[in-house]
Amino acid sequence: MKKLLILGAGTAGTMVANKLSHVLSRDEWQITIVDQNETHYYQPGFLFMPFGIYGENDVIKPKRDFIPPGVEMIMSEIELVEPAENRVRIAKDNRYLYYDFLIIATGTHPRPEETPGLNDKEWRESIHDFYTYEGAKALAKKLRTWEGGRLVLSVLELPYKCPVAPLEFIFLADWFFHERGIRDKVELTLATPLPGAFTKPRAASLLGDTLDNKNVHLVPEFYPEQVDPDNKVIVAYDEREIPYDLLVVVPVNMGAEVIGRSGLGNEMNYVPVDKHNFLSTQYDNIFALGDAANLPTSKAGSVAHFAAEVFVENFLRYIEGQPMTAQFDGHANCFIESGFGKGILIDFNYDVEPLPGKYPLPGVGPFSLLQESEMNHWGKMMFRWMYWNILLKGKEMPVTAHMSMAGKWN
Amino acid sequence: MSEREIAGKTVRFAEDGFMADPAEWDKGVAEALASEIGIAPLTEQHWKVIEFCRSDFAAQGDAPTLRRIMKVGGVPTKELYKLFPKGPAKKVAYVAGLKKPSGCI
Repeated sequence: MKKLLILGAGTAGTMVANKLSHVLSRDEWQITIVDQNETHYYQPGFLFMPFGIYGENDVIKPKRDFIPPGVEMIMSEIELVEPAENRVRIAKDNRYLYYDFLIIATGTHPRPEETPGLNDKEWRESIHDFYTYEGAKALAKKLRTWEGGRLVLSVLELPYKCPVAPLEFIFLADWFFHERGIRDKVELTLATPLPGAFTKPRAASLLGDTLDNKNVHLVPEFYPEQVDPDNKVIVAYDEREIPYDLLVVVPVNMGAEVIGRSGLGNEMNYVPVDKHNFLSTQYDNIFALGDAANLPTSKAGSVAHFAAEVFVENFLRYIEGQPMTAQFDGHANCFIESGFGKGILIDFNYDVEPLPGKYPLPGVGPFSLLQESEMNHWGKMMFRWMYWNILLKGKEMPVTAHMSMAGKWN
Repeated sequence: MSEREIAGKTVRFAEDGFMADPAEWDKGVAEALASEIGIAPLTEQHWKVIEFCRSDFAAQGDAPTLRRIMKVGGVPTKELYKLFPKGPAKKVAYVAGLKKPSGCI
């Protein structure tokens, strides 16, 4: 029996467990997946919680519901990966799990303690985040009664999960305060270490214009050093300061600590891999998928999804000693909720920036790329159902893993 | 791609203004590039950062981020902002003859 061990039952790990359980022979392979938490969170839904669009029950389900029969699931903390011994030590019963192949899908996590002044007395009072379930819940409670003032959203470090989420948060905040009739009492500011609203020029320009139209102040190249919770200012390394009444942050994100402890990660605990096939640069029987890998692309579920398809195709070849011929192109796409019932869709990869056009059917859509539409909003809303029912279970989505230029224009 | 005379050498630059080939770099080029962006003279502290970035680039294939320069290179970010004001990651890559940092998200 060959042993395949998957660390992490989040988006990437669950998808791959499902896909592989369909194609690997049960007589030859034992698949085991380890995770420390029982609950699977629909993380894209955290964005909607502060504004009361989604409630708590919309974003949680038990992880076990998504693990296919035939895959062994172990609930435990992971203590250490020992690649030289081909084994992983877990906390539960101090057991060792041995593997022939290891897939690391331990994700990336917000680390508020990395920024001085953040995780302090004002945390979840005048300083909030929306990248955790608890954070999104606390912010929802805060916003229900907030009477206005300076709301500053600050991105503290790159990379972070879901690069467009801060923009969406600001767009939704603009809509939310309009609906509450206090938009004129709220000053919205988005501060980011990036040179603009997004990394890629065409999208940055469109999204920058959208911010202007919504009367949002953009502060680019703002790299925060610390928060002064007493004087309510956020201070950058170049000593610029932004005062706030309500600060919402995207905390520093880092890969799992066990990756660092095991000597498998870079300075951010991300696993260095070949960006086209996810094989570790250090060990030839270890792969890293999803946010855990140091891929030069967005940390997002859509990337994990496209990557998982390429990975499975390659893995089946690799275990037969054949070369991995499928090449991941860095494909990502995301619906950007822009408020007032509209959305924007972008589709891009390592080499090609988001372009206008129609998706997924060239010329037809139904979604419009790089422009606002109501259909794109419904796409985003429908996506939650697709996530739980199709994506996590490893079923086929009606879109291709590789980015297509069909139906796009320059 | 364009060519310019820098410190008596012909140096090639990519479209984004960063050097096209780190092998065409030497200390004279670094001093000239630094003074172009208002950093002169280069002190021992500047050289320490430049040398870390060049060796890290040779090993990793990417210009290091500020956090990497801090955690692996041991230079506090605050100090980097003093040495290479306003956008130190980009400025140090420019002076060190490396390609533009990807700054990916």
